Amino acid sequence: MSDKHEKDIDEISGVETTGHEWDGIKELNNPLPKWWLYTFYACILFAIGYTIVYPSWPFPSSDGWTYVKGTADYAQRTEVADEIGAVKAEQAKYVDEIRSADFAAITASDELHDFALQGGKAAFGDNCAGCHGSGAQGFKGFPNLNDDDWLWGGTIDAIYTTIQHGIRSETDPETRLSDMPRFLADGILDRDGVLDVTEYVLSLSGKSEDAARVARGAVVYEEQCAACHMEGGAGSHDLGAPKLADAIWLYGGDRAAIYETVAYARRGVMPAWAGRLDDATIKQLALYVYSLGGGEAAPMEGR
Amino acid sequence: MEKLNPINSPLGTPDAAAVNRGDQRDQLYADRKKVYPRRVYGQFRMIKWVVMALTLSVYYLLPWIRFDRGLGVPDQAFLIDFPTRKAYFFGLEIWAQEVYYATGLLILASLALFLTTSAIGRAWCGYACPQTVWTDLFVHIERWIQGDRNQRIKLDKSPWSAKKLFLKVSTHLAWLVVAALTGGAFVFYFGDAPTLAKQFLTGTAPLTSYLFAGGLTFSTYLLGGIAREQVCIYMCPWPRIQGALVDENTLLVSYDKKRGEPRGSLKAAAAGDVLGDCIDCKQCVAVCPTGIDIRDGFQLECIQCALCVDACNGVMDKIERPRNLIRYAPEEHVTKKGTSLIFRARTFIYMGLIVLVGGIMLASLIVRADLDVNIIKDRNPLFVRLSSGDVRNGYVIRLMNKQHADRPLAIRASGLKGLTLRSTDHAEGKELQVSLPPDDSAAFKVFAVLPADAITEGVLTSGKGEITFEIVDMDGHVISRQNAPFNGPRS
Repeated sequence: MSDKHEKDIDEISGVETTGHEWDGIKELNNPLPKWWLYTFYACILFAIGYTIVYPSWPFPSSDGWTYVKGTADYAQRTEVADEIGAVKAEQAKYVDEIRSADFAAITASDELHDFALQGGKAAFGDNCAGCHGSGAQGFKGFPNLNDDDWLWGGTIDAIYTTIQHGIRSETDPETRLSDMPRFLADGILDRDGVLDVTEYVLSLSGKSEDAARVARGAVVYEEQCAACHMEGGAGSHDLGAPKLADAIWLYGGDRAAIYETVAYARRGVMPAWAGRLDDATIKQLALYVYSLGGGEAAPMEGR
Repeated sequence: MEKLNPINSPLGTPDAAAVNRGDQRDQLYADRKKVYPRRVYGQFRMIKWVVMALTLSVYYLLPWIRFDRGLGVPDQAFLIDFPTRKAYFFGLEIWAQEVYYATGLLILASLALFLTTSAIGRAWCGYACPQTVWTDLFVHIERWIQGDRNQRIKLDKSPWSAKKLFLKVSTHLAWLVVAALTGGAFVFYFGDAPTLAKQFLTGTAPLTSYLFAGGLTFSTYLLGGIAREQVCIYMCPWPRIQGALVDENTLLVSYDKKRGEPRGSLKAAAAGDVLGDCIDCKQCVAVCPTGIDIRDGFQLECIQCALCVDACNGVMDKIERPRNLIRYAPEEHVTKKGTSLIFRARTFIYMGLIVLVGGIMLASLIVRADLDVNIIKDRNPLFVRLSSGDVRNGYVIRLMNKQHADRPLAIRASGLKGLTLRSTDHAEGKELQVSLPPDDSAAFKVFAVLPADAITEGVLTSGKGEITFEIVDMDGHVISRQNAPFNGPRS
């Protein structure tokens, strides 16, 4: 209110009015309490100071939009980097231990084992889930890692080797390499021979319908297949030859699928992870995959 | 205003005026008028002293009481331990999963408040509320340093001098010391009190404890020393709620208008005027901590501390008239000498509810298990077909051991024919042995395997089944039994 005007006092409340009037209603002048007002001013000052100290105002530059960096040289990006660094540093103790310890030592320590399983799970999600599924349940052609059927062995060591060197990796000379002939395509068997041996393989899990074919197939099997798949379809971890007498079929266990496999062979691949992931991570992955429940116990020492 | 009469002179408050006199209540917004409560003696003042001593000693001393729980467990009788997410109260131990006990306690507290309020009005406000207790304490400190009502009014009106400065500063310092002790006492509920006290003084306590102690020191000083009755009148929601709990049968501090009116001095009475017992000495106004005049009737600002009853009774004794011109009486009966009606339908309902809720809590505490079992079935994959054709389901069984000792247990499963259990380290059979650390939880990965022929034999043809896990102690007693789904292929 300027001093020029006469002070207008509201009769009922005794409070000065602002001089504004609408339809006979006058506005009372009840200013904010002083402490409130000064707090407000303090907030404004604080805000100005804040924009000087911390990153704030955006402005266009020749490289596009940028912002005032502030005097405190603060950025959330560096804070995140610091936090990640701190976590990594904390994890380093475990990671180093995992790197240097053997699997027996790791599983013997609950703390280390838990850490390895958690790390393995995370690494699995990042690197393996794309083919093997997020629950390692696999798909047709991509093995289910929960079950107890292992092409190359299901001990921790065997799993570790498989992850390190991959399957049919073109870059790793030590890669897992099974080489089943394409019996029909390569002209080793004729169509009938393939059908016979298919029938024999079906008979191993009790699904054959043609005893004559089975008998003929058995002879072919003995000549062509038993070297890798062993007597009675027992399979071989050394050669990566699947068991043929069990309930698990990576590419399907019906007549058509088996015929296809014998005739044209299957060539599953997996990258060698040794160059891509560090050894501690691969160890954690092996422990995690082993923990899914299908792992085989390592053979006893000296057996 | 009459000049000093024989009665007013020793009692000395002819100019006491309620801050919101009944005949001057047209202003919605008014500046605060400072209240200078006068000292008073009497029965209710005594009760207030006792309640103050009781509540303050409980508050300050509770964290220092020790309670032996054995090795590795805190021995503080009352401790809310955030790091381990447990609350200890003597023999009772509440885990974070059981905060519903706190809910029950809150329900009980509110029911107790309803009961008290409907029977004797805002007794909580008048005697036990922390705001009342600490304000009372702060007023006494002020009185001890600056003198009683008249001296304080005089001091405030006098110009600034060295003496005034000294008195004012020392009052605020004394308040701050009490406030600091209050804030300090609070943090002891959340850590081992002796350890924390040592850390606190050597500057090695956690930052949060300093922040909380500081915050509570400030708020105690602000609310108890400076805001005082403003908290009760403007900030606190209780007066509004409690007003709804009061009815015509509630015992309320009230002025007996029939007996008291018309008011007038003894001199006027001696001169022959026909007057009531109220001599208008305004003692009731002078002692009121919220600065009201109870003779204006029951009002929101009245916290029912009954100090006006003490003051009035003191005066009645001096002028040799019957006591209880102001007294606890039901609003309806104040004029007809009504009986107290503490026991009636409304209070019985509250009492019944208190017994019910208390009973439920007590029962659940008695049957409270010292082992928590939580079974989570693997969903990815839902089941695994093994090379033999068997069907395997995975479970994570989390066991929580609330005993202070190691606990060997066995996990069994039943419900489907031929079911076996195994763990990742290849133990296979009808049961798995596990051991739980004391006061801790542990998770166990357990696989249940159903033989392949179960599907063809119709044990699990629909692809869905249910199995029962049993947690068994070493004596073979089943401690917990829980069902979990079992999935398999459809036949």
